[in-house]
Amino acid sequence: MNILKISYKNIFRNKLTAILNILLVAFGVGILSILFLASSQIGNKLEQNAKDIDLVVGAKGSPLQLILSSIYHIDFPTGNIPAKDAQELMQNPLVKRAVPLALGDNYAGYRIVGTDTTFIGLYGLKLDKGNFWSKDLEATIGNTVAKEANLKVGDKFFGAHGLSDNGDEHKKNAYVVRGILKVQNNVTDNLILTNIGSIYKMHAEEDEHEEHQKEPKNELDEKEITSILIQYRSPMSVVIFPRMVNQSTNMQAASPAMESARLFSLIGVGIDTLKWFAILIMAISALSVFISLYNSMKEKKYDLAIMRCLGASKLKLFFLVMLEGLLITTIGAFIGLLIGHLAIEVIGKYQESSQAKLTGLYFVVEELYLLLAGLIIGIVASVIPALQTYRVDIAKTLSKDR
Amino acid sequence: MINLNSISHQYPKGQVIKFPDWNIEDKEQWLLMGVSGSGKSTLLNIISGLLRPTQGDVKFDDVNLYGLSAKSMDKFRGQKIGIVFQRPHLIRSLTVIENLEIAASMAGCKFDKQRIKLILNDLGLNEKQSSYPDELSQGQLQRVSVARALVNKPSLLIADEPTSSLDDNNTIQVLEMLTNQAQNNGAALIIATHDQRVRNHITKAYLL
Repeated sequence: MNILKISYKNIFRNKLTAILNILLVAFGVGILSILFLASSQIGNKLEQNAKDIDLVVGAKGSPLQLILSSIYHIDFPTGNIPAKDAQELMQNPLVKRAVPLALGDNYAGYRIVGTDTTFIGLYGLKLDKGNFWSKDLEATIGNTVAKEANLKVGDKFFGAHGLSDNGDEHKKNAYVVRGILKVQNNVTDNLILTNIGSIYKMHAEEDEHEEHQKEPKNELDEKEITSILIQYRSPMSVVIFPRMVNQSTNMQAASPAMESARLFSLIGVGIDTLKWFAILIMAISALSVFISLYNSMKEKKYDLAIMRCLGASKLKLFFLVMLEGLLITTIGAFIGLLIGHLAIEVIGKYQESSQAKLTGLYFVVEELYLLLAGLIIGIVASVIPALQTYRVDIAKTLSKDR
Repeated sequence: MINLNSISHQYPKGQVIKFPDWNIEDKEQWLLMGVSGSGKSTLLNIISGLLRPTQGDVKFDDVNLYGLSAKSMDKFRGQKIGIVFQRPHLIRSLTVIENLEIAASMAGCKFDKQRIKLILNDLGLNEKQSSYPDELSQGQLQRVSVARALVNKPSLLIADEPTSSLDDNNTIQVLEMLTNQAQNNGAALIIATHDQRVRNHITKAYLL
């Protein structure tokens, strides 16, 4: 019988106290684990999705909303911009690559993005099956869309107006699935890609109805898109181009890097509050483990005296008590990590937005620090009770009743 | 085997007690008798290496017990001396068999399962191996503590008032157990007691 088994038996002699202590540690570690897992996954997704995009140009409004709608596809666009003005900007010599986006429709909650072939190059898209869209009303769909909406190459579907799945369907024209993308691990897994002409076609249908009641207008002049994703030709453009857009056009330029940083600073306050709350729980758990070990020493001194009689050294008993504290906090830390991963998995399952889906099967290096924190809490909580083993007077203790 | 030379002990309140010299040979069985407060337990603790005497020395197989380092003393005690206390003091979180296993483990000895089985059988505890101390009667607890003292085949078996809480039948059984086991294992035996029922079982007596 080794001291690990004795420690384990000692801990679970008082099951309720042991379980409460373990749960306290587990909750503290669990909350921190959820925060680490969620912020790391969200941060990674934001980074992956904004990779190679230096600027987004769209209608005036909230720059954060423009970034969220055009890059992460999780908010509503700020409006539309004239296609003619957009075309001029796209041909600017400071621009290396410009990807036009036309948003406004969805299928089963998955956004339909009207764009051109530059989008393929920007995200480095690869096909799993079929081909990329080439004509109006042809679509190439993300891998998740294909799985979740059960769409295959050749299937037809009707897009619906709006960006959530409760809009009116455009019953007149159906899209045909031309291809399915490989898993890209970015937002494109959840998008339906088509050309801009398809979007115009869908909306022309509605406009025709409206035009019967209104004055006739020049269709070409009225063409609009939602935004442009821009890649700069040189670092020089960072200074000049956004200012030029914001001052000399009726559009706005928003930097993904700046807006993401702003978003994180906004939600950072909440994250920090939760972090401190979790740290407080862990401190309380350390105190609780200390109190229960300290109190148990009164009764345990008989056991320790007997073990000394049986040949155990003081050092061995010191480690025995230390091990009890360490076992409680280590078990608690592992359960906490498990809780963290399970919670993230459950949150991911019930997430409404399919664009930033969280998963519990994700690990971050900070989790090792949480285990280390569990060990340190165990050491801190048990060192004083463990030192008491040195003060046990064997003869005196064993001459008395418990 | 064991020599006590010029042993005296001063209690914290200042009272000093002097013990007569005592030589215990291999396999000898002794009674340590005296009224309550005469220093029986103190002398047993000194012999066991649990209480350093103010003066004098204890030699165990020519080893000066109090000349050993603390760690060596702990190991020596665990391997050479089996102690049965007045109270059983079993570890409550462990079963009967685990309480015996821990005696071997703490002293760094091998746990001889076959031998332990025989001892438990002799003591009528075979059915209680998996019981926890809280599930045993006072007599059973005392018998487990006797079995624990015998786990490491000690050279000296010490029992401090082992029969004080037992009825006549159990007293005889425990005494026979102690004397037989001490004899079978080649161990000397010291029983400290004021229980007159014990007198007829052991002839040699050290009186305080």
